[in-house]
Amino acid sequence: MSSTTTTAGQPVPAGRPAPPRPPRPPAGRLRASRSRRRRTLTVLALLAPALLGLAIFFVYPLIASVYYSFTRYDLVSAPEWIGLRNYEYLFTQDPKVWISTLNTLWFVVFLVPIKIIFALGIAGLLVRAKRASGVWRTVFYLPALVPPVASVVAFVFLFNPGTGPVNQILGFFGIQGPLWFNDPAWSKPSLVILGIWVMGDIMIIFLAALLDVPREQYEAASLDGANGLQQLRYVTFPSITPVLMFAVITGVIAALQYFTEAAVASGVANGKAVVGEGTGAALGYPGNSLLTYTQWLYVRGFSNYQLGYASALAVLLFVVASIFLIVLLRRFKAFTPEGTS
Amino acid sequence: MRRTLYWIGENAILLALAVMFVSPIVFVALTSLMSSNQTLTAALWPQPFEWSNYATVFTQAPLLRWFANSATYAVLATVFMLLSSVPAAYVLAKIKFRFANVIFTAIIIAMLLPPQVTAIPIYVMWSNLGLTGTLWPLILPNLLGDAFSIFLLRQFFLTIPSEYADAARIDGNGEVGVLTRVMVPMAKPGIAATGIFMFFHSWNDYFGPLLYTSENADAWPVAYGLASFRGIHGTDWGLTMAMTILVTVPVVLIFFFAQRVFVEGITLTGVKG
Repeated sequence: MSSTTTTAGQPVPAGRPAPPRPPRPPAGRLRASRSRRRRTLTVLALLAPALLGLAIFFVYPLIASVYYSFTRYDLVSAPEWIGLRNYEYLFTQDPKVWISTLNTLWFVVFLVPIKIIFALGIAGLLVRAKRASGVWRTVFYLPALVPPVASVVAFVFLFNPGTGPVNQILGFFGIQGPLWFNDPAWSKPSLVILGIWVMGDIMIIFLAALLDVPREQYEAASLDGANGLQQLRYVTFPSITPVLMFAVITGVIAALQYFTEAAVASGVANGKAVVGEGTGAALGYPGNSLLTYTQWLYVRGFSNYQLGYASALAVLLFVVASIFLIVLLRRFKAFTPEGTS
Repeated sequence: MRRTLYWIGENAILLALAVMFVSPIVFVALTSLMSSNQTLTAALWPQPFEWSNYATVFTQAPLLRWFANSATYAVLATVFMLLSSVPAAYVLAKIKFRFANVIFTAIIIAMLLPPQVTAIPIYVMWSNLGLTGTLWPLILPNLLGDAFSIFLLRQFFLTIPSEYADAARIDGNGEVGVLTRVMVPMAKPGIAATGIFMFFHSWNDYFGPLLYTSENADAWPVAYGLASFRGIHGTDWGLTMAMTILVTVPVVLIFFFAQRVFVEGITLTGVKG
């Protein structure tokens, strides 16, 4: 994504109001210029809340996390320096760090591409729909509006092995449905199905990008004798690459921090409250299959109050997420703050 | 002829997919009207329609309180965010100064990194201030801006030609004047879209309330309450589904009222290079 974007070619939604004329200054007293210093102060003042916020809620906690990660800390007594022992335990003894990492990577590898492919496919169908396009768009976008907790609760019910409508319908066709959220082998795929259902947010962005591809390019390509697939390859794909990269990067980052859907699905499928004492116990059900890395961090930090150790997990997450980010950003230079256009 | 076949094929696929996308909502709505006994059977159609489920939900859980908490969280977070992020986004979009790129890059990184990376020291901070168990740790940080919103607002400001700002400056306006008299009025749709994003984000937030309010049911937002409802009320799927619908309705209503602004906001998120 770029910042210095030209918005030429950006589909301007119909009915966007024309830019109003700048209002006249009061009493026409023109001052040629203000002092440089005053301007600097104004800029600083306007930026102050954001800079302060960045310092308090990002820079400081990042540094503090690194410090805590070398300590034993339970929130009650002061942090006690223990050197690398948290990391040693993390890499050699922690019983669940490996399974939670694998679960998280599973979502990165499967959830992200499947969701993007579906979103792109549906956007591709919708871009050609001439009739009732508004209705189609609403239908496919609507699920993205459902609050995540609500959609998870709904899906656990719909995929209830015994009484849920999904297995009822499968049974109608003579198919014995799986146990879905109650089977470790099916719990993650069940969440991928949920992920497909809520793909509307990316789909809308893809749709905008596809509508933005100049028609003339297709005409030129077909005059040159390009068939449908070649047009896709040489016309459509290059022009939506920046948006695709936006979807990949935000998707990977979201998958690395996958928490809400997995945590709520575990709790609801387990029939346990996902709050208060014993929260940690319900997480991961069934059989640790839904225990993601960030949930494990939550359990160690906020359920067991091992804040020092949880900080070590946080630092590792920071390192891994940063590596993912750098690789993805390098790979796709189009997605830079400075932009390329 | 081949074209017609294509057309029929495409629309058939769309229709089939549309049915699959809509059916979960239909099933949830139907189940929300079933008696608790019926939800344990194979029936798909409510028999009889148990409209009282919706009233029962309000007696089984402090739903009004949860709604009020969600509204407080979402409205205050949105207002605070706009007050602090709009000026920052304007500066980053329209004024050239040293370190502008450094600050913008820092904001991008802050936006992309998982919140769990920084959660522990922030939690310790709020805990020391004695504010855990309340919604304040979720609301107050927005007074200091929100990285995602600053990024999005900056994109909107960039689409406004700088000539308007220059003209206002020549007319004697300071930067604050340019921002409030020219840029904000012109960026209204973008500001509205960013605000709605923030509102939804807060309304749907689960991790934040889990961290800060889980011990105090009086401070739970409604999405969080829904997750607990299923545990507290066992297998009563009829009530759970009624509550699921109730949690979703406000979001959908807001979407339909603000549809144009909202879609525009999403569209610009994917601004191309």
